[in-house]
Amino acid sequence: MKTNTRRDFIKKGAAAGVISAVGVTAWLKTQGIEETGEKVKLLTQDGQLVEVDKAFMKLHAQVESEGLAIKPAGGREGIPGKKFVMVVDLGRCKNARKCVTACQKMHYLPEDNEWLKVKLMKDNEMSAPYWFPKMCFHCDNPPCVKVCPVDATFKRSDGLVLIDNEQCIGCKFCMVACPYSTRVFNWDEPEIPEGLPPIEHKEYSPESSVPRQIGTVEKCDFCPDMVRKGMLPDCVTACPNGVFYFGDENEDAVTNGDETVRLSELLRDKAGYRFMEDLGTKPRVYYLPPSDRMFPVERGFKNLTEEQNARFKDVDLN
Amino acid sequence: MSLMSFKEITQQTLADFKPQLEKFTKKDWLWTLSLSAVILWGAYALYRQITQGEIVTGMRDNVVWGLYIANFIFFIGLSYAGAIISAILHLLNVDWGKPIIRMAKLMTIFTVVIGPIFILLCMGRLDRLHHLFLYLRLQSPISWDVIAIATFFVGALLYLYVSVVRDFSILRTSDLKMSKTRKKFYKFFSLGYRNTPKQKKKLMLSLKIIALIMIPTVVVVSSVLSWIFGLTLRPGWHSTIFGPYFVLASIYSGVGVLILLMYYFRKYQHLTKYITIKQFKYMGYLMVILAATYGYFTFSEYFTDWYSSEKWSSELIHKLFSWDEFGGLFLFANLGGIALPLIVMAIPKWRTINAITIVAGVMVLAMWVKRYLIVIPTLETTLLPMQDTRVEYTNYSATWVEWALTFAGIAAFILMFRLASKVMPILPVWANSEIIAKENTIDPKSSAHV
Repeated sequence: MKTNTRRDFIKKGAAAGVISAVGVTAWLKTQGIEETGEKVKLLTQDGQLVEVDKAFMKLHAQVESEGLAIKPAGGREGIPGKKFVMVVDLGRCKNARKCVTACQKMHYLPEDNEWLKVKLMKDNEMSAPYWFPKMCFHCDNPPCVKVCPVDATFKRSDGLVLIDNEQCIGCKFCMVACPYSTRVFNWDEPEIPEGLPPIEHKEYSPESSVPRQIGTVEKCDFCPDMVRKGMLPDCVTACPNGVFYFGDENEDAVTNGDETVRLSELLRDKAGYRFMEDLGTKPRVYYLPPSDRMFPVERGFKNLTEEQNARFKDVDLN
Repeated sequence: MSLMSFKEITQQTLADFKPQLEKFTKKDWLWTLSLSAVILWGAYALYRQITQGEIVTGMRDNVVWGLYIANFIFFIGLSYAGAIISAILHLLNVDWGKPIIRMAKLMTIFTVVIGPIFILLCMGRLDRLHHLFLYLRLQSPISWDVIAIATFFVGALLYLYVSVVRDFSILRTSDLKMSKTRKKFYKFFSLGYRNTPKQKKKLMLSLKIIALIMIPTVVVVSSVLSWIFGLTLRPGWHSTIFGPYFVLASIYSGVGVLILLMYYFRKYQHLTKYITIKQFKYMGYLMVILAATYGYFTFSEYFTDWYSSEKWSSELIHKLFSWDEFGGLFLFANLGGIALPLIVMAIPKWRTINAITIVAGVMVLAMWVKRYLIVIPTLETTLLPMQDTRVEYTNYSATWVEWALTFAGIAAFILMFRLASKVMPILPVWANSEIIAKENTIDPKSSAHV
């Protein structure tokens, strides 16, 4: 089986990151994507405003329509040689919620179903509040996988914790076991939000998590269907501020689409940590402390609906 | 006093149960129909849940388990209690215990059927039940529970049956008015037992061995039940005391329900001769011992959490102590479930049948509330802030579907008992006859049933 080289991965990842303007148009052409002429403004890490063609934003839908890169049954096998890891730079997050909506679009989730949540955290009275994007941590010692009675949720060799919704009996023990409240349940027949490509032709795989099913558990999957094609998960590419770095621990490289860095150096230089390390779950997601922040926390309340803002009423902002 | 043969004594004892065994009165029909109506209401609720999804319940992403799991712990706890109480009474071989052993065993059988139904109700995909056999993983505490309950079910059935054989053999040869099919039923299930000394010796030894096995089995299975909660990383659950706590809570609430059953059958099937103040007092004493121990466990559990004041435990304790959250229920659970039995039983004048029954009733209710308090507040205490504005996602509130199925469970329990008392004497005739024979200095070994 052909595996993506590190170079390939980083190149595609960087391209998918939308930001580096040079060569994007040419690259889009090679992918068979026609520019629409409609531009979208995005902010780079170093504070530059760049314009990107909207066609690029549809990239995911395009990828989706190509179908799965692997047969559904293969969804239980990890991508050989990989050990996926994510780093979240809390100093860059302003709760733009682009990651949330991109994830919802990717997985056909209605507005109130968020696999990726952005919480407003305040660790103690003295410390300042900060935005905290939280996805599945794909723990190396996953409490959810331990308790599943029917092998419906499993840990793969590439580090991912996935769910097979064809096998799930809906006992919800995994939801109880997950200390981070990551998992969500389909309490009724999942609704398909409007404006998305038709879902009927989609073949289910634990890698795509679509179509969703009533009475089963679901969660953030790190978009392995994208990753298998050498592309980044949707939350990573959607983030205008480069908050999310995704990559491979074996290669010691992560990228946020704009810059590609050594994982070990990033964690060392920016004092990376894992959330609630003392629980012993060994997450595969690292956080960089919310220091040298690019945005004041208040910026995160802009452009939110009243209901979304009401979520944070209990957090003391002073 | 003229001496009777043992057979005469058994037939005389049986006569006290004849009205129940022979007739199905209008009142019986009324009871059966009303209880069935409640069960049907539950069945309709279940139909709604299956067709529309678990959206019809109050369960949501944070509180993923609700009334159902509380009922599961409650009923399966009664089952374990019935087994261990009857086993201990059997092995102690005390005369006062003999009349109530069968009720305890029947309680075991009925609740081991009803309890697991409630955990099935928690499943989103009942159509995939067979996955438990196809893909069962031994790492999961749910798998342990499936195996534990299945094993226990077989054991409990055997335990009941071995002791019922003797009564079936008495019934078979009695002058009871019965249909041919029924006679055949008794004949078939008495397995040719005639109470010959050899048969009796073997039967009693088997009974003793099963009783002996049931005791550690109950300890294991109720610990396994507790580990569904205790092995998670949740405040209030992740506690080493949970195993013994569940074992004790099971037995304790079981004693309460047994007292209620004693009262019910004593009054409505006129069994005052067999179930006397003595049984109530002794079960009351047992209740006090268990109340004190359970109170100690409870104090130990919450005191540890409160004093060390670790973040999430403190949040949980705060919820249990706040009036606007679970304070009222928590107070009731502890006053009704621990203080009340201790106080009432401490005063000799209050140790009456009525008082003990009322106390047992309140205690059973309190123990049910306690199960609710074990499940819901912990699930409402997430490690990360919930930050969800949907009320139903942050606070659990049971819907009519869940209540309907809860009452259906209780109705099924009562109905099963009523129907069982039509098929077999609700008290073991053979054991009671042996007591009478002993009192009349007749050697029960002297003569067979036939």
